[in-house]
Amino acid sequence: MFDWLPSSAKIPPVDRVVRSHYLRPVELVPWVLAVGAYFAFDSYLPLGSQILIMILFALSVDLVMGYAGIVTLGQAAFFGVGAYTAGIYAVHVTGEPLSGLVLGGLAAALVGFVSGLVILRTHGLTLLMLTLAVASLLQEAANKASFITGGADGLQGMSIDPILGLFRFDLFGKTAYLYCLVVLFLVWVFARLLVHSPFGQTLTGIRENVTRMHAIGSPVRRRLLTIYTIAAGLAGIAGALLAQTTQFVGLTVLTFERSGEIVIMLVFGGIGRLYGAFVGAAFYMIAQDQLAKIDPIFWNFWIGLLLVLIVMFARGGILGLLDQAWRMLRRRR
Amino acid sequence: MTTPALQTPALQTFGLRKSFGALVVANDIEFRLEPGARHALIGPNGAGKTTFINLITGRLTPSSGRILLGGEDITELSQAQRVKRGLGRTFQINTLFKGLSVLENVSLAVGEREGQAGNMFRLAGSNRAVIEEAYGLLQRLRIADDALLPVKELPYGKQRLVEIAIALGLKPSVLLLDEPAAGVPSAETSIILDIIEQLPGDIAVLIIEHDMDLVFRFARKITVLVQGGILVEGPPTEIARDARVREVYLGERHHV
Repeated sequence: MFDWLPSSAKIPPVDRVVRSHYLRPVELVPWVLAVGAYFAFDSYLPLGSQILIMILFALSVDLVMGYAGIVTLGQAAFFGVGAYTAGIYAVHVTGEPLSGLVLGGLAAALVGFVSGLVILRTHGLTLLMLTLAVASLLQEAANKASFITGGADGLQGMSIDPILGLFRFDLFGKTAYLYCLVVLFLVWVFARLLVHSPFGQTLTGIRENVTRMHAIGSPVRRRLLTIYTIAAGLAGIAGALLAQTTQFVGLTVLTFERSGEIVIMLVFGGIGRLYGAFVGAAFYMIAQDQLAKIDPIFWNFWIGLLLVLIVMFARGGILGLLDQAWRMLRRRR
Repeated sequence: MTTPALQTPALQTFGLRKSFGALVVANDIEFRLEPGARHALIGPNGAGKTTFINLITGRLTPSSGRILLGGEDITELSQAQRVKRGLGRTFQINTLFKGLSVLENVSLAVGEREGQAGNMFRLAGSNRAVIEEAYGLLQRLRIADDALLPVKELPYGKQRLVEIAIALGLKPSVLLLDEPAAGVPSAETSIILDIIEQLPGDIAVLIIEHDMDLVFRFARKITVLVQGGILVEGPPTEIARDARVREVYLGERHHV
């Protein structure tokens, strides 16, 4: 796999493994693009914020699904808990955004931990159905508890204070975009460290062969519960960001469609690669925006067709395709 | 050194029993593995050899009986806790991290043993000693040239060696080898046998194997398992002469 790389042929294997965890320059490309987009597409900033939030959400799915191999169709549960927590906090307590953000993340992590205690005892289809069930239960609970959530009408009357008392949320979405960008960057720093840490390596081990992980003395269930809780918290932060930047929370934050859509985004980008979330969410959101303009009635059809093509011919998603192209180029030289 | 009879066994079972309904797959097994043993467990297909291993390692829960590791009762412990106390195993069918490189496969085991594996806030490569130790094992098993290859790209025989390397990465006091030569072309069996013969003397090794050449070359003691129970136990020369063993294990055609 590495043999044909003449430049690094002399580096001993131990160093190769050590260095494989170092930060590569290409990993900074998303940030250059995101900052560039702020200046280049200033009329698209609200869409930009949505994309950043979806990247964060997709990142949380990648941690559980791509790394730990827990197949979930219920990640919207945590997104929704984060959104409602931040929303209700803003309506009833204070409009201060940072504490609302943290609270949204913590509430979602708590729900993730408790549901994970049950869900992670199961495997395969049962586990998948349970993730779905948790999200459905919460959606129905939010619907019934309309006195606090606003029910089907959505939660209204939020007003968010300036960030740190300095940066007011403006009509053009500039503050919102930068707010989302900074939060996403911090989460990325954490997630990047996490997946390249010894803990992250053991998650990959669990995904690759859980039987062997037991046999080398790994506390598998504790590891899975840890990452499930962390990812739930990150999804909650994404939900809280959505609530704060749009100043509205509707029942759609908890729907099955949202859980499914985020998985589709991740599949588009490439699962288990950390950056698949970035590429997939950006690609999906922009494609959706453009296709809806070109073909307002059938845009969903085109998204579906793209998904079929990706799943059939590019299992590694867009990043997988880039990888292959890159390798072919190197080989030809 | 004390006489063998007074030594605490590396591994011991008392009345170990496992039944699935009416089917008894382990029938009150009384087994003893001495420290530093070279012990083989043989028996016809379906005799319950792998079941026995799975009971010892905790993959299966016994219906009754006790298991002692170095004198300590481990019957109630989880698989992971048993591993932490020095119980290592390999699998009859390769059970590896196929998408990871050979070196990463073994590093995972070493890191887990060192208690480093739960750490979230440092890079996986920052503890060089873990990876270097894993690489040293690959050198000992003569697969260091393939260190960076994904395991799935390795020929089956070499994958069998990775199986053993992962188990050795745990620095076990008791090593259970479940048919280490299974599925390996006979030309390569000798490589695996060489490796097994060079295992450190302080590890107690229990090997399950169908290859009789390998068993008789390696083992100083043999236990014959039939229908979930121990039929006979003794040094290889006795087992080879035992009429009952010939009958159940080697089959009717050996009767002349």
